Amino acid sequence: MGQLVWRRFRRHKMAIFGAVTLILLFIYSIGGALIFPESYANFADTPLRLTAPNLQHPFGTDTIGRDVLARTIYGGQISLMIGMLAVLIEVVLGILVGALAGYYGGIVDSILMRITEAMLNIPEIFLLIVMAKFFGGEIPEVDLFGRTFSGSVIVIVLIIGLTSWMYLARIVRAQFLSLKENDFVLAARATGTSNFEIIFRHILPNSIAPIIVSATLGVANAILAEAYISFLGLGVQPPTATWGNMLDGANNYLESAPWLWFFPGLLILLTVLSINFLGDGLRDALDPHSRAA
Amino acid sequence: MANHILEVRDLSTRFHIAEGTVYAVNGISFHLDHGETIAVVGESGCGKSVTMLSILRLLPIPPAEIVRGQALFLGRDLFDLSEREMENLRGRDIAMVFQDPMTSLNPVLTIGRQIGETLRIHMGLEKEVIRERTIKLLEQVGIPDPIQRLNDYPHQFSGGQRQRAMIAMALACQPSILIADEPTTALDVTIQAQIVELVQRLREQMNMAVIWITHDFGVVAEIAERVLVMYAGYIVESAPVDKVYENPRHPYTMALLAALPRVDRRRSARLRSIPGAPPNLLVEPTGCPFAVRCELVTERCRVEMPPLILHGPNHQAACWIDVSTGIPF
Amino acid sequence: MGRYIIKRLLQGIPLLFFISLILFLLMLNVGDPVATMGGRRVTRRADYERLRRQLGLDQPVYLQYAYWLLGNDWTKIDLDGDGVAETTGTRRGVLRGDLGISLLNRKPVIEVIGERLPNTLILMVASELVIVIGALLVGVFSALRQYSIMDNLITAILFIGYSMPIFFVALISMFIFAVLFKRWGLPYLPTVGMFDPQAGKTTAQVLWHMVLPVLSISIISFAAYSRYIRSTMLEVMGQDYIRTAKSKGLPRSEVVFIHALKNASLPIVTVIGLDLPLLLGGAVVTERIFAWPGMGRLFLDHVDRVDMPVIMGILMLVSLAVVVFQILTDIVYAWLDPRIRYEK
Repeated sequence: MGQLVWRRFRRHKMAIFGAVTLILLFIYSIGGALIFPESYANFADTPLRLTAPNLQHPFGTDTIGRDVLARTIYGGQISLMIGMLAVLIEVVLGILVGALAGYYGGIVDSILMRITEAMLNIPEIFLLIVMAKFFGGEIPEVDLFGRTFSGSVIVIVLIIGLTSWMYLARIVRAQFLSLKENDFVLAARATGTSNFEIIFRHILPNSIAPIIVSATLGVANAILAEAYISFLGLGVQPPTATWGNMLDGANNYLESAPWLWFFPGLLILLTVLSINFLGDGLRDALDPHSRAA
Repeated sequence: MANHILEVRDLSTRFHIAEGTVYAVNGISFHLDHGETIAVVGESGCGKSVTMLSILRLLPIPPAEIVRGQALFLGRDLFDLSEREMENLRGRDIAMVFQDPMTSLNPVLTIGRQIGETLRIHMGLEKEVIRERTIKLLEQVGIPDPIQRLNDYPHQFSGGQRQRAMIAMALACQPSILIADEPTTALDVTIQAQIVELVQRLREQMNMAVIWITHDFGVVAEIAERVLVMYAGYIVESAPVDKVYENPRHPYTMALLAALPRVDRRRSARLRSIPGAPPNLLVEPTGCPFAVRCELVTERCRVEMPPLILHGPNHQAACWIDVSTGIPF
Repeated sequence: MGRYIIKRLLQGIPLLFFISLILFLLMLNVGDPVATMGGRRVTRRADYERLRRQLGLDQPVYLQYAYWLLGNDWTKIDLDGDGVAETTGTRRGVLRGDLGISLLNRKPVIEVIGERLPNTLILMVASELVIVIGALLVGVFSALRQYSIMDNLITAILFIGYSMPIFFVALISMFIFAVLFKRWGLPYLPTVGMFDPQAGKTTAQVLWHMVLPVLSISIISFAAYSRYIRSTMLEVMGQDYIRTAKSKGLPRSEVVFIHALKNASLPIVTVIGLDLPLLLGGAVVTERIFAWPGMGRLFLDHVDRVDMPVIMGILMLVSLAVVVFQILTDIVYAWLDPRIRYEK
């Protein structure tokens, strides 16, 4: 099985491209931190504000004289981390809701699916903005791994997770609905296996493929969501950099300092693009029905 | 030669897919005379349909590739025609009826439209004339209430009716060749007989030549004058229909006949299925493709494909062995 | 058909109810509307309390929701804070078409939204036209030339388009078509507003100013639909009935545009119909960047100042659009597909 999946995946040239680019982006934002200390990324060299890219500052400096290259490195860490943590929440919520609704059916299903449907019917960006306001306010800074993060990072992770689980819940529910009548589940139930065990040991492992694909694509979506909400000024607050909040207010410098928005924007695009390629390849590789020539 | 309406020479078709190359049809030759009916028999996947789709140039290229060969329709090679000329010929001179009437009719267009458009394209008739002709065609294939049914959609027809409509569609322009690709496989047994009878009746009325593709030796005797037996993309035996039953010259033909329930056989005699599976078409064929399943196999069979050997008038078989004695020629 | 439509409409009602409930609960903590009312700070404690009572914020949540939904003109509210309800309410509730009064400028919410809605609709309609026509052309072309160099190139470009954040499309297109074009002495596109104040609000001006915003809104959906139409067309082109149509000798154009596209249009209509109102999300970002005076920018401005009635009004309007389009899509689908249309 695994070998077959790998062979199908390998044939997908774009998926390989996506995976390699993604690894390079991780190296960029983690490895880059070994070259530039975080204090450098947050150091405002005010006299040098809005310097165009040069040897000293390859990506230029921002409105208060911070090095854009160093900030894209630390911003990348935060953006990628937000993407992955948000998906973690998304997956947990999506599986929980989908599994409960699909497995138990009846009234549980009705209520959970009505909520899912209602959430799906509010365009994501509106929901994100309202949630950002709801959970916003004054949040203390957080110390983690010996570094200080703006508390808004946690809020953003939370709201992205809370606004994105619905599709996954539907997928999981559909899987559960079709799998729960399968022989192996009926057999497990007949031998007195507990519901918990049936859900997590028997059904869930069998629906893992669509969950993996959905979660992979979910990371791209989460990174985009962070970028949108930060771009609108409701996301992660400075001095913590993200690719999204580096773009906040960038359209005021459209003409005078295009490097301000070009590099973080390009990095977001590259990340989202490679994840989409990767997700597409995974979908083809994991789907037994797909037969790409 | 002069009487051949269709002559296929050395046709080879392959498919290039992710897993490799499928050797679907491997250099087959046959002919069809005016007004003649031939049956092409073989298990599913032996290249019967691919052969016919190749001739009509209906295979998607790629993945399909017609490697070599000729298909002479009234002396003109179909593979030399432009796409435009081919379109003019399809449905007008050579028409085809497909296996599954459920999926072969367009679900979002009315039956009337689907029959009528053949008339419109090839004969350029007026709307009213097309309507009348369509009604007549539906009547001819035995669909009751044709005026009403004209505006119905395929899903409102029963399976047998759909196949009748398919036949009406194919015969709209009175083609000189009808290719029927297992037209009864998807239908109930009683309806199968009706469809066979219908095609025979219309064939006589229109003096058509028919190529009837089937995997069922049972219907062959009823309809065909000649039989082509195909295996793994080869024609392994070609014979007049009575000769096939009386005196099959290829082990595969014999095996197919042995697998057939027959009235004249004692009830206790067990039907014999053919041991083994059809060969993997992904491997370039060397030797006789039937060798692995053949009871009479010799060393030569595995390395060299036998040519078609003449056994009588119009009777050829591709086997190194004299099946009546079990000894190589 | 008639019963089906009624059934679908009835299903929409509880859905909207759930949506309004979720949104109302979220509204409870978006900020203190009184603190920032009208942009002034309310400093006196008594004023503050009076305003809260006036807005009904002193009431329990379920009553607040009931007033929002049903109005409060059927009951008395306590305005002077003495614990006795003495004044008849004036709100008629959302169900009777009263979305309340904007806290910022004291105008009815309907009016506030109504002023901006047409500007957003212009963008939406134009974008949707660009998306559907463009995606159909590219998708069908790409499907008919599967695996050709052009097809591979288009697929790669569409992937990039699909992965583009709207703001990045906007910034790059502004930079190229406004900044660089100006620098090169070419005719360049405007980047701000709906019209040049000196030229006035003429149709030509609005169209000219729309180009970049429409491009930004369209590109993601255009890429997504092109890909979707390509794969749907490929699937349909592989069906038996297409082979039948070809075997009848129909010209290629008729096979593709009648036999194939008519079948492919069923899933395509569904996807486009369902997604159409979601474009409103894209309008939020686009209108912000291009200073387009539409509903999206209205939303952002009023979120900043916690103008709950307006925020809630916009959110409900957007959700209503989503639900209505779902129902419309279902009906159109049923009407297009004879297998459903003629179901007894």
